[in-house]
Amino acid sequence: MKKVVDKNELRPLLKDGISIMFGGFMACGTPEGLVDLLIEMNIKELTLICNDAGFPDRGIGKLIVNKQVKKLITSHIGLNPEAGRQMNEGTLEVQLVPQGTLAEQIRAEGSGIGGFLTPTGVGTSVETGKQKLTINGKDYLLELPLKADFAMLRGSITDTDGNIYYNGTTRNFNPLMALAADNVIVETEELVERGQIKPEDVMTLGVLVRYIVKEEKK
Amino acid sequence: MITDIELAKTIIAKRIAKELKDGQLVNLGIGLPTMVANYVPENITVTFQSENGMVMMGPVPEKGKENMDITNAGGQPVTVLPGGAFFDSSMSFALIRGGHVDITVLGTLEVDQEGNIANWVIPGKKVPGMGGAMDLVTGAKKVIVASLHTEKGRSKILKKCTLPLTAKHEVNLIVTELAVMEVTPDGLVLKEINKDTTVNEVISLTDADLIIHKDLKIMEI
Repeated sequence: MKKVVDKNELRPLLKDGISIMFGGFMACGTPEGLVDLLIEMNIKELTLICNDAGFPDRGIGKLIVNKQVKKLITSHIGLNPEAGRQMNEGTLEVQLVPQGTLAEQIRAEGSGIGGFLTPTGVGTSVETGKQKLTINGKDYLLELPLKADFAMLRGSITDTDGNIYYNGTTRNFNPLMALAADNVIVETEELVERGQIKPEDVMTLGVLVRYIVKEEKK
Repeated sequence: MITDIELAKTIIAKRIAKELKDGQLVNLGIGLPTMVANYVPENITVTFQSENGMVMMGPVPEKGKENMDITNAGGQPVTVLPGGAFFDSSMSFALIRGGHVDITVLGTLEVDQEGNIANWVIPGKKVPGMGGAMDLVTGAKKVIVASLHTEKGRSKILKKCTLPLTAKHEVNLIVTELAVMEVTPDGLVLKEINKDTTVNEVISLTDADLIIHKDLKIMEI
């Protein structure tokens, strides 16, 4: 399967109203080139799932500043004042989720788990609208899986089969999202031939990845 | 009273560092809690976790040597020490939620005598979000709140939190520049006071009801 494409070949796939999971934590490990492609195309009404709202000039924050996002499912928006402003104005729907719950919702979707019980959020407003169960005397909230049309990942080194290696803390949500979306696109800093990443170092399996685009680090 | 805020923060960080024990896994929140790392006793090894996916987080790199692929939970470049490891967010929160983190140190907007903490939202004003705080407070074995005793003259240690909670009954210890207080089933126990204050001053600056420990000590810093 040919996976390596020019960024512009992705254009027909990207339409108004799609949902996208973006890897990255405060823009570390976010595929900036794919964010820029969505900005160039001015794709609107996006639902984004990402750890945070990034910064106004980095990460998915740029899409929020450009008013392309309808709904954001995230754990933190504190370092992007524009996200808070649009939320208060009522033009951006923000669903705040505890970070560990967000990670597990994504993992659950990708792993075929129908839901999970977490103590996080018990006794807080996170409980609202959720089923509470008591197991062995301890209270838990039932949290459900989270999926998206696309997962957009950033790899440090990717081979032509889509096997991905992540540097440092760029890994974060990326490997989880690779299993939780219909179409998985990785933007890679370095592209190598099959076999150039040691099997022990593969952090996301190539078989999960549909498209690979090469983007130099800025 | 201690009016120098930088001095107050240093006192808090130094005192909390004395709570750390050899071999522990510790998560420090952004801001004041981060300062605790500067005062770890020399004879112990503590592993610091950053919830974006690393252990053995090291200091901020020299200017010009930043690697933007190695950042802390605030997105700022940091370093990793020998023996460190990187991992994904699922592993990170398995460590946190699974009770493998021995101590989490957090700042707060409000904390109360029942061990409730509110530090993620001021409705209508500031809505940063909870990030990893709810998981940390719920999952860590010991929760230490690092906070100035008062803000704009008002006590941060309340009878009952008024802001939306981060977690209920999870705080174990509150350390301010003036006092060390432990949350117990009987109530909030004043265990230590700063050498430059008095019990009466602490009581007058605290909204919460305090039980004075029969063996009250001076804070070691």
